[in-house]
Amino acid sequence: MAIMISGASSPLYASRRRKNGITMTLAYLATGFGLTWLALILGVLFWEGFSGLSLRVFTEMTPPPGAAGGLLNPIIGSLVMTFIAVLIGTPLGVLAGTYLAEYGRHDKLSTVVRFINDILLSAPSIVVGLFVYEIMVAQMGHFSGWAGSVALAVIVVPVVVRTTEDMLTLVPDTLREAAASIGLPRSLMIAKVAYRAARAGMITGVLLAIARISGETAPLLFTALNNQFWTNDMNAPVSSLPVVIFQFALSPYKDWQELAWTGALIITLAVLALSITARFLGGQSKKS
Amino acid sequence: MSTANFTVPTVTHAASNAGDLVEKVTVQNLDFYYGDHRALKDINVSLYHGKVTAFIGPSGCGKSTLLRVLNRMYDLYPHQRATGHVRLDNDDILAPSQDLNLLRAKVGMVFQKPTPFPMTIYENIAFGIRLYEKLPKSELDDRVKHALARAALWDEVKDKLGASGLSLSGGQQQRLCIARTVAVRPEVILFDEPCSALDPISTAKIEELIDELKEDYTIAIVTHNMQQAARVSDFTAFMYLGEMVEYGDTTRMFTTPTDRRTQDYITGRFG
Repeated sequence: MAIMISGASSPLYASRRRKNGITMTLAYLATGFGLTWLALILGVLFWEGFSGLSLRVFTEMTPPPGAAGGLLNPIIGSLVMTFIAVLIGTPLGVLAGTYLAEYGRHDKLSTVVRFINDILLSAPSIVVGLFVYEIMVAQMGHFSGWAGSVALAVIVVPVVVRTTEDMLTLVPDTLREAAASIGLPRSLMIAKVAYRAARAGMITGVLLAIARISGETAPLLFTALNNQFWTNDMNAPVSSLPVVIFQFALSPYKDWQELAWTGALIITLAVLALSITARFLGGQSKKS
Repeated sequence: MSTANFTVPTVTHAASNAGDLVEKVTVQNLDFYYGDHRALKDINVSLYHGKVTAFIGPSGCGKSTLLRVLNRMYDLYPHQRATGHVRLDNDDILAPSQDLNLLRAKVGMVFQKPTPFPMTIYENIAFGIRLYEKLPKSELDDRVKHALARAALWDEVKDKLGASGLSLSGGQQQRLCIARTVAVRPEVILFDEPCSALDPISTAKIEELIDELKEDYTIAIVTHNMQQAARVSDFTAFMYLGEMVEYGDTTRMFTTPTDRRTQDYITGRFG
């Protein structure tokens, strides 16, 4: 005790306290600064978008300027394209991630794949859009919902690869050995034990990938383009929320601009909901 | 059996006669390498049916490594290889043609940390059984119950078979792992420091269990705890720096070891 008391009044202790105070203040300020912008963005979004939010938004097509309308076709277009993108991207990503974490953990090839995946992960999405434009739109001769889905899938894959690998790597080797110790072949060990242990994290990864692509505009501009009307044809241009927001927000028409705000609010709320779900799942996996 | 230090076990336990001894696992001239590092040097040892053999020695002496050769667990990792002979009955398990999954079904393993699978208590046991046998539900239920009973866990979990295996306490989880191993009907069970993460009461339970299990199985246990080795084992092997220094009847090993290093270790002078 005596040592602590004399320590408390020593110059060394005082200077540590001072440094601690300064660092803490700076950290609080930085956090406050970041949160302020987030609050401002959300505030403006709610202010501008909430007034336009009505049942009509979800039941009517995008209107011509000056007429009343909603966002039904871009909402459905976004949902369908996101769904197909996840359907394509998730199995690819999970399998590649499984290779990296389980089969090829010690292979040289894995290092290369991991490196390329990291590049893909941080590739500007407009590059992905141009790429799919070149290999699909240009070849087929027209914009299409399929091309949009593929572009989004290209963005999904690296996210899922990364989270799958990370989550599988977190599964302790002792669990793998335990599975092997009762005579479980590797494939079953992965499917029945490792995936189960990593499930929450892997689902979180997919949710984050969905959150990521649901706001993407650039890859869709070159691929799905946009469509003023309802379409069931994925071979035709398909409307999507981000592209509609882009077009309507840039337009000179007041009612279009209002719809753009509402669309932005809808995307934000959807992504927020996804993130919260992902958080919730992530928290649960830590407990078990 | 050519090593100078190798002593043929002389059985003095009241319960065992020399005639009973059936060699189940025979290790001959075993060397093991982690990359270029030679971790086991010319190991010769036998495990007998119905007996517990304890492997003791300071950290890094190779006792766990030896255990991991017996079910070829090391095969999961690259750059690890074993040379020499390890026979289970009459099969050379180091042979490249050896089916690893079948081998591991015959040679079960219990690990230092309890490793229940992330599934229900029931599934933890049933999972391994289903792997090799197609059983009707009622029979599977019986097998699960039997395995849990064998691991002295049935009474504690019979009302919550649907609960997660991870919801159990550490000692219970370890007994669940033993039940899981037993359920597959192995012939040999390897215990790799099974109690080092457990409290004294759980440890006592596991030791009791090992004593019961040895009737039907060939058991090997790696332990850091010399009292534990003395309590549970019939034979003890002392390893040091990758060598099998001395091997013999447990009572003799702890009372009149022949090698100076064994004596130093068991009297706590090093390790």
